[in-house]
Amino acid sequence: MDRKIVYVDHAATTYVKPEVFEAMKPFFTDFYGNPSSIYYLGRESKKAVEEARQKIADCIGAQSSEIFFTGSGTEADNWAVRGIAFANIKKGKHIITSAIEHHAVLEVFQYLQSEGFEVTILPVDENGFVNPEDLKNAIRPDTTLVSIMFANNEIGTIQPIKELVSIAREKGVIFHTDAVQAMGNVDIKVNELGVDLLSMSAHKFYGPKGVGALYIKKGTRINSIMLGGAQESRRRAGTENVAGVIGMAAALELAYKNLDNYNKHLKALSNRLIDKVTERIPYVRINGDRDIRLPGNVNLSFNFIEGESLLLMLDMKGIQASSGSACTSGSLDPSHVLLAIGLPHEIAHGSLRVTFGEKNTEEEVDYIVDNLEEIVGKLRMMSPLYEDFVKNDPGIKVTNHKAI
Amino acid sequence: MNNKVMIGMSGGVDSSVAAAVLKKEGYDVIGVTLKIWSDEMCGTQPERGCCSLSTVEDARRVAFKLGIPYYVLNFQDIFKENVVDYFANQYIKGRTPNPCIACNRFVKFGSMLEKAVSMGIDRIATGHYAIIEKDPVSGRYLLKKSVTDKKDQTYALYNMTQYQLERTLMPIGRYDKETVREMARDMGFHVAEKPDSQEICFIPDNNYGAFLQSIAKRAVKPGKFVDTKGNVLGEHKGIIYYTVGQRKGLGKSFGKPMYVVRIDAERNVVVLGEAGEEYSIGLIASDLNWIAFEKPDKPITAKAKVRYLAKEAEATISPLEDGKVCVYFEKPQRAITPGQSVVFYDGDVVLGGGIIEEQINRS
Repeated sequence: MDRKIVYVDHAATTYVKPEVFEAMKPFFTDFYGNPSSIYYLGRESKKAVEEARQKIADCIGAQSSEIFFTGSGTEADNWAVRGIAFANIKKGKHIITSAIEHHAVLEVFQYLQSEGFEVTILPVDENGFVNPEDLKNAIRPDTTLVSIMFANNEIGTIQPIKELVSIAREKGVIFHTDAVQAMGNVDIKVNELGVDLLSMSAHKFYGPKGVGALYIKKGTRINSIMLGGAQESRRRAGTENVAGVIGMAAALELAYKNLDNYNKHLKALSNRLIDKVTERIPYVRINGDRDIRLPGNVNLSFNFIEGESLLLMLDMKGIQASSGSACTSGSLDPSHVLLAIGLPHEIAHGSLRVTFGEKNTEEEVDYIVDNLEEIVGKLRMMSPLYEDFVKNDPGIKVTNHKAI
Repeated sequence: MNNKVMIGMSGGVDSSVAAAVLKKEGYDVIGVTLKIWSDEMCGTQPERGCCSLSTVEDARRVAFKLGIPYYVLNFQDIFKENVVDYFANQYIKGRTPNPCIACNRFVKFGSMLEKAVSMGIDRIATGHYAIIEKDPVSGRYLLKKSVTDKKDQTYALYNMTQYQLERTLMPIGRYDKETVREMARDMGFHVAEKPDSQEICFIPDNNYGAFLQSIAKRAVKPGKFVDTKGNVLGEHKGIIYYTVGQRKGLGKSFGKPMYVVRIDAERNVVVLGEAGEEYSIGLIASDLNWIAFEKPDKPITAKAKVRYLAKEAEATISPLEDGKVCVYFEKPQRAITPGQSVVFYDGDVVLGGGIIEEQINRS
């Protein structure tokens, strides 16, 4: 690749770290046995899978028997929500989530609603926080599940999970958290949090794609959604992705080992970006909470311009960033998260999400800021909204942008 | 102008080959698909119409094959406002709109070009069968018919302004359809044999009535069929279900062939006539755009085409004081329909065109 690439979309996915890849390799070519087989090669695979399970359990403060591997974070979310809802139908059919969940949770709630469940969707405030009082008021005798994400994938806001969990526990309601974005960025210990279920995905913390896991606290009543095999203690059928789970465990161990340094590095880059952008580009809004957020996440809205043009022009400069979550058709709809925190439709269309990773540098931040300043300036010069704004308020400085 | 071109790719054979031609000619090509319809709608008709996800996948595959960057642009709001809503409103007014003309005017050569320019891309391109040429004498950009009469698409492009023509490339205008398919086959495009799109892209099953009913429920109410002398002949289902010139599907037999000759939305009446009565000698058109010259200041003679599939007919076009024109044909024309466009030609050259407001009938 001879073109300049600045990758700042680590919330979408990360590369696989070399040491993680090394750990995985033998299980593609040498130790390829099916973990369910009784002979040597099968036993070796089984042993490796169980070691991986133990490592992950140790990282997050769980028992190894509480870790279940899945094919993705999305599968873990689907399983948690569907599995709990259907397994606890005798108690009731009321389930609670928040307005800013990932679609892997939200769409399952919509599906369950169509199947006759009653759904409460909690609002969030302008920084993206769920109000614990709202949860307290929403829980009813027939409530079976609360599913609230640990940290938001678009705006990075970290929820007061511990407090929310204690409210649910007090009322005997099962609590699931989608920690796909948080895992590897935040020191998560399930035993300290008290959650009943937690989803994660390896490719968000420098592991391979196609592997996720669901933590299910011992004694939690849950149905299976994948049937047809005895794997994962009969709870999730399908031959184990042996190399994948080994990669996941290796990546998570590395992440937990380097958590402090990694956090410091990301925070420094985020602050540099926010400081420079707000200094050099007027009419910009930082979405999400300024402090209680994922260290590497910066979500910006630029008034008067569309996010779509901005992203395309950044891509032409080699800057790989996104406007929120990646969508199947690759086109951009206004983000439900930004709408939920109260942004108007036209601004929800124009946001930029930068998520830093291990290899990003200060020079890259500066390169992004330089290009952002130029591109935002150009787009605003072409924007009828901006023109009207300037016209209606002749007192304002016509920014520091030069016309093209 | 710079070397960058944004090409609109529908996933069909024409725009795919157009992209390839531009690439070969050395342009810096950026492929885009305008996402004009919501996923919910596409979910019901996954295989057909411009809007479906499969067309995005087709376009993406071609772009990857050509090694050009490819993006999907969200044009849902722009398309709905300028094409779908316009289409429905026109029908409710008893007129028969041409949504492709509106789409070309406001979406492709309007918003898409604007978007390209705002991104520092100086030109756009499409897979239309038409030729854009600069007239060395007048210095104006001309729109000319493609070499292939069957596929010529100039009728739907007459609204292009000089600004748009200067910044637009139509790379396949000089080829015929068979050659374009042949080129697609040679380049190994998987879309080479894809059938031409026929229907209106946002009504994939071609069921206008149901579509209009679904977006304009309260506006559809039954009314009377009358003859040209005003005698009531029966009841119609609602004016949106009829178009001028229609004979079939009137829902009723009259003992002889009857044609829709006019629709009067104000009175909610559909006027039927006997064979011959659906012909008119002229029309009034408004909302004119002229390409070959600024505008006519005296009557001109030209060939005029009153709908996409109509034959061109000799006509005299006289400018009126209010900016409209009055068009008289040498021979009466069938089914002149308010809401459709009339486009004027001098040989291969598109002079301009406008929207038909009313028929002129012999009194």
